[in-house]
Amino acid sequence: MEYFLTEQQKTIKNLARRIAEEKILPVRAELDEKEEFPWAIMKELANADMFRVFVPKEYEGLGGGCLELALVVEELSRVCSGIAVGYAATALGSFTLIGYGTEEQKKKYLPAIAGGKLAAFALTEPTAGSDAGAIRTTADKVEGGYSLNGTKQFITNGGEADIYTVIALTDKSKGPRGASAFLVDKDTPGFTFGKKEKKMGIRASATRELVFRNCVIPETNMIGKPGRGFIMVMKLLDLSRPGVGAQAVGVAQGALEAAVAYTEQRIQFGQPLAALPVVQDMLAGMAIQVEAARALVYAAARVVDSGAYDYTESSAMAKVFASDVAMKVTTDAVQVCGGAGYMKDYPLEKMMRDAKITQIYEGSNQVLRNAIANDLRKRKAKA
Amino acid sequence: MNVVVCLKQVPGTTDVKIDPQTNNLIRSGIPNIINPFDTYALEEGVRIKERCGGKVTVISMGPPQAGQMLREAISLGADDAVLLSDREFAGADTWATAYTLAEAIKKLGQFDIVICGRQTLDGDTGQVGPELAEMLGIPLVAYVSRIEELSDKRLQARRMIDEGHEVIESPLPVVITVTKEINVPRLPSLRGIARSQSAVILVWNTQQLGADPSKVGLSGSFTKVVKIFFPQRACQAEVFEGELEAQVDRLIDRLKSAGLI
Repeated sequence: MEYFLTEQQKTIKNLARRIAEEKILPVRAELDEKEEFPWAIMKELANADMFRVFVPKEYEGLGGGCLELALVVEELSRVCSGIAVGYAATALGSFTLIGYGTEEQKKKYLPAIAGGKLAAFALTEPTAGSDAGAIRTTADKVEGGYSLNGTKQFITNGGEADIYTVIALTDKSKGPRGASAFLVDKDTPGFTFGKKEKKMGIRASATRELVFRNCVIPETNMIGKPGRGFIMVMKLLDLSRPGVGAQAVGVAQGALEAAVAYTEQRIQFGQPLAALPVVQDMLAGMAIQVEAARALVYAAARVVDSGAYDYTESSAMAKVFASDVAMKVTTDAVQVCGGAGYMKDYPLEKMMRDAKITQIYEGSNQVLRNAIANDLRKRKAKA
Repeated sequence: MNVVVCLKQVPGTTDVKIDPQTNNLIRSGIPNIINPFDTYALEEGVRIKERCGGKVTVISMGPPQAGQMLREAISLGADDAVLLSDREFAGADTWATAYTLAEAIKKLGQFDIVICGRQTLDGDTGQVGPELAEMLGIPLVAYVSRIEELSDKRLQARRMIDEGHEVIESPLPVVITVTKEINVPRLPSLRGIARSQSAVILVWNTQQLGADPSKVGLSGSFTKVVKIFFPQRACQAEVFEGELEAQVDRLIDRLKSAGLI
């Protein structure tokens, strides 16, 4: 379907596809199997200027928005969403800085990110997942800065990234209103890495614990004002969710293409599987779902890029719908390919495993449906 | 270090079809690409620039649409591009091509190293690089698989030969032709693509080049293509099908009847 992308957007999408097909395709199965972080691919992405896409022009970026980022994430995810996540999480780890950082902070960190240094975003803790307000990591005011103490869990790019955006409580008594955001360099004393998680899918991505023990960071590394941490985080996640939607669209697209290719060449009952009406019905259903998800993700990304004040609902809808589509389409793709779909020699079982996370992270689909319903009720109450 | 890289636009296929009526290559429907061997030459040129400073100028002799290929070269790291394009250049053999490229390189002025791919996908002769060195009056190192050392005055390169490789030293300026072992060409970058879209491609014709019209194109070519044809198959193969044992029996019968066993 025609989405009326600009020439620059098409260039970005095409180059991302080329990298995915030429560099990622040959290694995706091995990296998934070994749970190995794709440093060589990150280097390729950096050389191709992909990390500049979401960085403002003033800081050596290309000044792209949510849609440009979504196009890259979609194309990479079409081949391997595990690898795409290392890239996308860097954008997530940069957005708070881009949105609320001081000139000095941006000058210090953004050109490095544009050049390919990885970033990460750290909110989740053992006691605080969907209930993000329950975080316990503290940032106490000390001489010359803040001292961080606590443990962050399930942090994408943990251990691999150089720059971390960490949410911690500067005032425990105020709960969520006492949270603040900090930039933490990887080599800061008192900052170490804990358990590296073994995962069902997106296994080429790194997911790790961050451990802070009297980790003193300079006062100048606080992003925004003290106590504004949660407001910034909520805004950040609204902004980044179309990216998860794009990841989901990419996986679903990859699965659809693999299913079409396999069912065309697999002969049963004297004809290709794709000639059977039951299979055609499934393939058509998958194609419709993928296209609808893409349309919603691009639309939400455009809302974000338009400078709209509130895009919680659009962004949540895009993420929820696209991730449910990804799970359904990858499952159906495995189904139409039968035994082959289930085997590791084919890419579909990996895509099905990879799809699942999109329904869970950056706001589980249940939490987001709840947010959408709240908006519906609020509007009704105002009417 | 001023690097000149010679590029040729070729049909993007190794499966070239010949029109049985005209005996000409069927080019329609086949996208043009940078000659694959030349992509290694370009990559090596860009790496030399990144290591030693200076700039990379790409040149190509070809029709106006070859300008698109030169833009692609800029997206891959080249700084300047010159297209040698004139109806008079058409029909050039390797000699006339090398003459035209040599005239252009002389016109560019100061240069340290000229890099060519070892051969083209279409012509397949491997002659232009060596002829170019001859016409420029400078040394040639052909089939380079690795640059060992490069300084302001001197090149040390490993070149492939039938029995292995040898290491050659040469003063600069020098012409080298490279093999695919020398590097892995990069993909373009977004900034490179943006730069290539706004880049100015210089176009020189015979007159602008100051070349001798009798030495370019068909009139400057010593070789004349008399005929292009599909070779006749010298032998006919017969393929046996069916059960293996029956195939073996048939094979033995055929060999016996031919008096071979």
